[in-house]
Formats: sequence, C-alpha cells, structure tokens
Amino acid sequence: MTVHHSAPIVILADAARHFGPVRALDGVSLSVSAGDCIGLVGHNGAGKSTLVNLINGGLSPSSGEIRFRNGANALQAGVRSVFQELSLCPNLTVAENLRISHAGLKGPGWRRRARAEISASLDEVFPGHGIDPDAEVDTLAIAERQMVEIAIGFAPRGGAARVVILDEPTSSLDSGIARQLLDHVKRFCAGGGAVIFISHMLGEVFEVATRIVVLKDGKVVSEKPRGGFTHQGLVDAMGHVAAETEASAQNVRDLGPEVVRTDLGVSARAGEIVGLSGLAGHGQAAALARLYLSRSSSWWALRNPEVVFVAGDRPRDGTLPLWSILRNISVSVLRQGAHWGMVDREAEAETAQLWRRRIGIRTDNVENPMLSLSGGNQQKVLFARALASSAPLVIMDDPMRGVDVGTKQDVYAMIRAEAARGRTFLWYSTETEEVCQCDRVFVFRNNKISAELTGEDITEEKILEASFELQEAT
Amino acid sequence: MRALARPWIWAWLAAALAFGLTLALTSGRGAGELAYAALSFGAFATIVGLGQMLVITLGPGNVDLSIPATMTLAATLALKAMGTEPGTALLGLGVAIGVGLAAGGANFALIYLLRLPPIIATLAASLIYQSLAIWSNRGLRIKPPPGLADFATGRFLGLPNVAWVALFLSLAVWIALERSVWGRWLLATGQNMRAARFASVPVELVRASTYVTVALFAGLAGYLLASFSGGAALNMGTEYLLMSIAVVVIGGTSIAGGYSNVPGVFGAALFMFLVVSMLNSYGAAAGIRNVLTGAIIIGIVIVASTRRMRA
Amino acid sequence: MNLLGRYRIVLPVLSLALLLAATFWMQPRAMSYFGLNLLFNLAVPLALATCAQMMVMMVNDIDLSLGAFVSLVACVVATFVHDTPALGFAILVALILCYAALGALIHALDLPAIVVTLGMSFVWGGLALFILPSPGGASPDWLRSLMTVKPPLAPMAVIASVVIAAAGHLLIVRSGIGTVLRGVGGNARSVARAGWPLIRLKALAYGLAGLFGVLAGLALVGLTTSADANIALRYTLLSIAGVILGGGEFVGGRVSPVGAVIGALTLALAASFLSFLRLSPDWQIGAQGAILILVLTARLIFSRKGGVA
Repeated sequence: MTVHHSAPIVILADAARHFGPVRALDGVSLSVSAGDCIGLVGHNGAGKSTLVNLINGGLSPSSGEIRFRNGANALQAGVRSVFQELSLCPNLTVAENLRISHAGLKGPGWRRRARAEISASLDEVFPGHGIDPDAEVDTLAIAERQMVEIAIGFAPRGGAARVVILDEPTSSLDSGIARQLLDHVKRFCAGGGAVIFISHMLGEVFEVATRIVVLKDGKVVSEKPRGGFTHQGLVDAMGHVAAETEASAQNVRDLGPEVVRTDLGVSARAGEIVGLSGLAGHGQAAALARLYLSRSSSWWALRNPEVVFVAGDRPRDGTLPLWSILRNISVSVLRQGAHWGMVDREAEAETAQLWRRRIGIRTDNVENPMLSLSGGNQQKVLFARALASSAPLVIMDDPMRGVDVGTKQDVYAMIRAEAARGRTFLWYSTETEEVCQCDRVFVFRNNKISAELTGEDITEEKILEASFELQEAT
Repeated sequence: MRALARPWIWAWLAAALAFGLTLALTSGRGAGELAYAALSFGAFATIVGLGQMLVITLGPGNVDLSIPATMTLAATLALKAMGTEPGTALLGLGVAIGVGLAAGGANFALIYLLRLPPIIATLAASLIYQSLAIWSNRGLRIKPPPGLADFATGRFLGLPNVAWVALFLSLAVWIALERSVWGRWLLATGQNMRAARFASVPVELVRASTYVTVALFAGLAGYLLASFSGGAALNMGTEYLLMSIAVVVIGGTSIAGGYSNVPGVFGAALFMFLVVSMLNSYGAAAGIRNVLTGAIIIGIVIVASTRRMRA
Repeated sequence: MNLLGRYRIVLPVLSLALLLAATFWMQPRAMSYFGLNLLFNLAVPLALATCAQMMVMMVNDIDLSLGAFVSLVACVVATFVHDTPALGFAILVALILCYAALGALIHALDLPAIVVTLGMSFVWGGLALFILPSPGGASPDWLRSLMTVKPPLAPMAVIASVVIAAAGHLLIVRSGIGTVLRGVGGNARSVARAGWPLIRLKALAYGLAGLFGVLAGLALVGLTTSADANIALRYTLLSIAGVILGGGEFVGGRVSPVGAVIGALTLALAASFLSFLRLSPDWQIGAQGAILILVLTARLIFSRKGGVA
C-alpha cells in the first residue's frame, strides 16, 4: 500500500478539551495527511469521541489548536464523519437525505442528480448493494442505513471527501459488506484520501490502518505504524499495564439461590455483585432496562417492590429536575410509609436524613433543589433512592460515570455492605476497575455475552480481550 | 417580598386590579354584585380548569379537548334522569359523575390501546360525546329540579354555592397534589416519565386516573352549570375548552409538566371574568377582550420560558 | 411489508373511494356534475386549511389557531378586499408574515406551540370580531366568479382539489426546500448539524401555513359570499383530523399533501354521506369522530402486521 507524503490535511497541536473538571482530551498532537489510514483505538472514556468531535468541528478545543490545510473549518477542509448513532432523517428517502447534507443540489432535476450521486457512491463503496435510492430510510434494515450513511460520507457533495472519520462503521454490517467497506477504505487512502478508523474489531484495524494511535485517559499513549504492534501489544497498550489496584479483600460471602436469569444468559445469585462489562453501546444498558421493566409494573406499585434501578444517564433516566433532594430520594418508597394514600412526611424526612448521612450527600438542607447538587452528589441521591427501598435486586446502569473518586469509594463500600446483607446487584460499568470489584462479570460484545468471568479471572486483560474481537477480519 | 415570588399571586393580583379598575368607573358602587358574579362564573371555569391542570401536568402533549362535550353530555343525561322532579338531585349527580367516569375511561382507552395522541383521541371522542348529547336532548329543554336550581344559584355565608363547590374541589386537589402518594406520582411523571418509571412510579395508572379525573370534573361542572343556567344547552361547553387551558397557563402551571398551581387556577378564573367585565364597563368592543386574553397568554408563556432558560 | 404498510396513501384513498361508492349507492343522483360539486363544494376551503395545518405538523408542531385565523381572513376578505382591494391584500400579506414571525419566535424561545397558537386564536378571533362584530360583508365579484366557475369536464370542487393536492405535492414532496422542511420534522438535529438555519426553516413552514390559511379564507368567502368571526372555527379540529386521516403524523415529518386533501374530502363527504344515510343529524358529528377512530385503528393494525416495528 503506497503512502503519499504531502502536507497534512488536519493538524492538531496539543489540543485539549475540558468539560468542567473532566479532562476528556488532555493535550493531543496528531497530523492527518493524504494516504493516511489512522486506526484509533482505546477503551471507554479514552477520549475517542471527543477527539473526533474536535477534528470535525463539532467541539472547539479548550486549549491547543487545530489547523486545516484547505479552508478555515472542518467543512471546507473536506472532513466528513460517520457516527454510530445514525443521523439520517427516517421519513425521507435515501436520495433526499443526500440533499440535506449537500445544499448544492438545487433547482429542477435535483432529484435525478441526487439519485445519481448517491447511487454512484453506494456502488463505489458497496458494489451490488441493492439499495433503492428512492426507498424511505425507515423501510431500510439497520445495515442498509449504515451503508447509506457511509456512502453519504464518501460522496463528493459539491467538493471532495478528504478526511473521512468512521466510528464503528461495521457494527451493523455483516462480514461480506464489512469486507467491501474495508477494501474501499484501502482504495480511498491509496488514492490520496485519509481515513480515521475507530473500531473494536482489532482485526479490521490491523487490516486497513497505515498507523495506529492508542488513546488512554485523554492522551495519546502510543502511535506507531501498523507493523509496530501485535494484537496482544495493542490490548496491553489500551489497558493499565501497571499493577492492578489492591484487590479489595474478597470476603467469601455466602451466596443464596439464583435470583436472576435473563434470556441473554445474565444470571445472579442472592447477595452477589454481578458486573456487566464490554465496550459501551454493546447492549448492556438495554439488557438491564429490559430486566427492570419486566420485573416492575406501570400499573401498580407494590409496597415491597422486587427490583429498583439506579440510573447513570441522570437527565434522561434519573433526575426529577423540579424537585428537592428529599423528594427525589423518597419517590421510590412513597407507598412503603403511606397511610390512607397520604405521604408520611415525617418518615420521609427521616429517610432523607438517614441516607444523607449514610451515603454522604453534601448539602446543608435536604429541601434544597436537586439541581443545586454537584453531579457526584446527585448520583448519590439516585443511589439513596434505590437503596432506601426494600427491593432485593438492585440494577445499576453505569451510575459512576463522571463521578468523583471520593463519592465512588463511599458508594463501593455501601454496595459491599448491602450485598453482605443479602442484596443482589447487577452493575453495568464502563470502568474496568469497578467491574473488577464484582464477584462475577459478564462481558458483552455485539449485544451478546462474549465471556463470563469469576473470581480470579476477573482481570482487565481478560475483559479487554473479550471486549475486542481479535480474529483477523475474514 | 418572598410572597411576590409565588407565581399564583400574580393571577390574584391581576384579578384584583381588574376588579378595582371596573369599580373605578362606578365609583365603588356595585362591588358586591361584581364580586358575586365573578365568583359564580369563575367557579365553573375553576372546576374544569383544575381537571385540565392535572392533565397538563402530565407533560407535553397531554391535553383534554373533550371537556366541553363531556360537560354537555353529563348535563343532558343528568337533567333527563332528574326530569325536573324534586328530590332527584343526587340521582342527577350520580349520572353526571358516571358520565364523567365513562368518558374519561373511554378517552384513556383510545390513548392507551389505540396509541392515539391525546389530542386526537380526546378530539375524536368529543365528537362522539357531542352526538350522544344531541341525540338524547331531542331539542327539549328540561329544567333542573327546583331544589337543585336553588342550590346552584343560591348562596351560603354570602358566597355563591357554586363557588363553595369550586373552593372545596380546589382544596381537595391541592391536598392530593401536595400530600398524597398519587399526587407525588403525578408530579414525578410530568417531570420525566421515563425516570419516574425507573423510580417505581406506576406511570400508566397515573395517566389513566388523570384522564378519568378531568372528565369527572367536566361532568360535575356540566351538572352544576346546567342547574345554574336553568337547562342544558347544546353549546354550553364551547367557551370552556380554551378557557380551561387559559386559566391553567395564566395561573402559573408549567406547560412542560411536573408543576401545578392550584390557587393560580382559581385566581386566573376570576381574572378572566373580571377582565371581561372591566372591558365591557369601559365600552371596549368584544374583539379587544379576546385580543387581550391572547396577548396575556402568550406573554406569560414567553416570560415562563425566559425564566426557564435563565434558570 | 404489505401494500398498505408501504404506501401510506393507500388507506386514505381506499377510505375515500369506499365512502364515495357508498354515497353513490345511497343517492345515485349524486353521481353527476351537479351532485359532485355539491358534495365537495365546501371541501375546497377545508382542503386548503388542512394543507395549512399540515405545514405546521410537518415540523412537529400543532396549530390550534387555524380556525380563528381563517375566520379572520374571511372577515378581511369580505370587507377590506371587497371595498379597498389594495389595502385588503396588504393586510393579507401582513398576516402571512405574522405567521412566519410566530414560527421564528416559537423556535427561538423554544415555546410550546400548542399554547402560543392557543393564545393567537384569541388574538385572531378578537381581530375578526373587531372587523365584523356581526355577520356581514360581501364577496368580491372576481372571487365569487372564480369559486362558482363551471369548467366543462369536472366540477370546480374536484378540479380545485386536484390542483391543491398537486401544488402541495410539488411544493412539499418534490421540491428541494420542501424536502429539507420535512427533514426538520424527521431529525431536526441532523439538519441543523448539516448547516441549515433551523429558525428560517421554521419561519418558512409557518409562513406557508399562513399562505394556505389565507387561501382558505378567500375560498370560503367566495363560496359563502359573506363572513362572520366564527365562520371557520371548526376548521381547527377538522384540519388536524384531515392531516391524520391522510396518513400524516404528529411527529416525524411524515406528511402527505395529497393525503391531507383526501382527508379533507373524506371528512366533508362523510357529513353528506351521513345525511344520505338518513342518519339522524344528531349522529353526524359523532360519526365523524367514529370514522377518525376507525381509520386510525386500521392504520395501527396494518402497520403492526405488515411493517417493521
């Protein structure tokens, strides 16, 4: 594969991006030239999405700079992105969706031109695709939608695609179509284009990349030509090679009978802390939500519910934004203390105070609005909401994301204490150190369980291995 | 000064202002009559407004367009059942409540089973209820029983009886929202239905009971209004649709859901009546009153949204 | 995906055809030039109003003021346009611009359209009362002749409906800008990320609604020859029903101008059909509600059975 050396199309010089105290990207220098196919790898939270958003202009850097060779911004420079979350308009046809991304398709006959352009792009990337450009997007299968998005990414659109960022592009494609994409990526780069390729299928990365960049904790920890890495070396580079944090004394607890078994095979015994791991977006959250919804009812609230839920996506699933801390805690246990359908306000206040102390919510008054708390403390409120109930099964959807270390330690201790009392925890976490605290771990990949690890086997290495697909791309 | 921060105060202040401006013209004469009239007519708007408020609190997209039709149907069937016979007031009340329950249940069945958006479901249902009312009315104008009519137009401790009913209902709704488990569930569902579901709130039960409640209140309002006006006219409910939404918005309830304002509804209902009388006293043309009402509603929504954005 | 699931227009067309067939069967005399014109006459302003509502629903909003707006336009037409055409048309243009400004305001401040349009319904209603406190006014002659023209092949009502449907289709479905507007309803974030100015697009959608609302008012006065402030209040709910009947949806940008016109025709026809059915007039209103529910249930059943979830 020839590599063309030319002036870089995009240069990042020590670019960084902060969100408050969180350093999503902590000083990255990278240059993308014609002919480059950069494989970008890293575990959850390493900073890949932030880096991509900086390059395509979605975010601006908090410090450092980004320069483009042609034009002042990403759009003019020919930077295109194809994300995992599909961005098509489902009510429009394939050709019409091209119109949204390509304002130049104006005037009479635009439809013909749009059809021709998208068909040409689809033919070029996925020969034999069989997608009708006049089909409405919501009639297409997920794989076809992803193919359309990719084709739109590569289409000329009045200029030329110079740098195409592909974020998990094969996640919904079957192997034959994925192969077509990989071949096209290689042709595209050979012809002078550049691609940034993010994928958890390391075999694919090894096949197309000219060089591989490893991100960890917001920094580039390794950047070498493809030949400089082995599979194992890559996995090691992504993880924390340093000695594991002191394994907390694994009290051998008496576990009770099995209390959970989902259709995917996730199981848990009474008093067990079961972790769900793997890369984000591989079906863990959906599996937990399904389990919760199946064990609880929209039509009646039991005095003693079977299961409670701790949300990680606070604005979407957890916070009741207009209410106070007190009310946010008590909402799940209202029935427990109620007399004649009326809330027992004394009991409610007691519960709130109790949990404020036990879990350490930093506020001077539980009547303060929920949103006056910091993120970590809001998360504690959501924990209190779940733990205050008597439910024996606690489901947690990555609740520690973005929470400070102090809070985390407090909550881990609480979880262990509750588990010792016989409560079962199902814990989806995107941070491997947390998952390593569990008694048993199910690693998810592509919406299925790829590994079940217990006891000594729960190591970051094994989890990473199971999260990434290490076979060669067929 | 903290008192002024409460949103419902504004509706009452505005009502008082309109009251004052009207009396300014008559140099204070007729204050009692004006207040009495405001309380009488405001009572009906309050009763339906309370129901609409509960539905709107459920969150965006939730509104009941079948209130006028339910009022009419309940009134028609109740008056028919009573047949102007003395001593049948409770029977009529039972019929009106029954109609309300059935209508609310039917509305929610359309929403839940057929997945119809509440606007369409209550709209379609209202057409059916209206037809039922027309059919059962047969053009006869049945009068309410004398005892009931006296009650509806009478007074107690100087205030109109219907105002007492509205006051009692307001109190009941306020207690339910502030103190009861159901009220908390409603407010939680309105803030974030998904989060509420994940917090063990039975959201469908809450939705169903809310839609039944608003229809129940509409039935009650129809029953009282017909007794007050001496009969059930087929267009008796027409102005109450927009009125019910208007008093909710002006009273300070959040359109985004999750926050209700009971005293505000009462204040806004009084305000709506008083603003009309004020404008009438000043000889303003009928059009001005409507334009002013509309401008006030839009103004309040804009203020509420800028306050939300700043928060 | 079965035929009914794939082509959303099939169900509305079928419903209209069935209703038409049933009407002719009940009243064979209606199957004539004169009969058709009578059946569909008042459908023309309703079809225009339904297209107006469709423009707003296309961008995921709803317009509760449409009926009052059309009534206002009718009052303006019956007075100003009749007496002083230049001023009258200037007012109509100003009204259209007002609608566009409303759309921009709703988007810029993230206001709930349902309440804003509710407030505007009071405003339009009040202005209409101002202009015509009691029924009156007169239709301009040119308008009257236009609405009562007798083209040779098919009645005016039918031709007008076809023209409206075609114009709507060209504007919203075929044209580039119409496609982008529908895209706003489908995935506003993507459209914005692709660089389109959302506030201008929303203003355009609302402006188009205003335009069709004005046309509806014009058509109405041409037919009824006079106006009053409440003449078109029922158009609000009927137009919403018409869009939904025609296969449109509240969210997602899935609207069909042809469907909207068909929906309006169906609703207008239903009223006549029910009277032919010797259905007591008491039930005619309710039957419209029942038809709405039936069609939507059918759509739910067929989309569940045939389509992708």
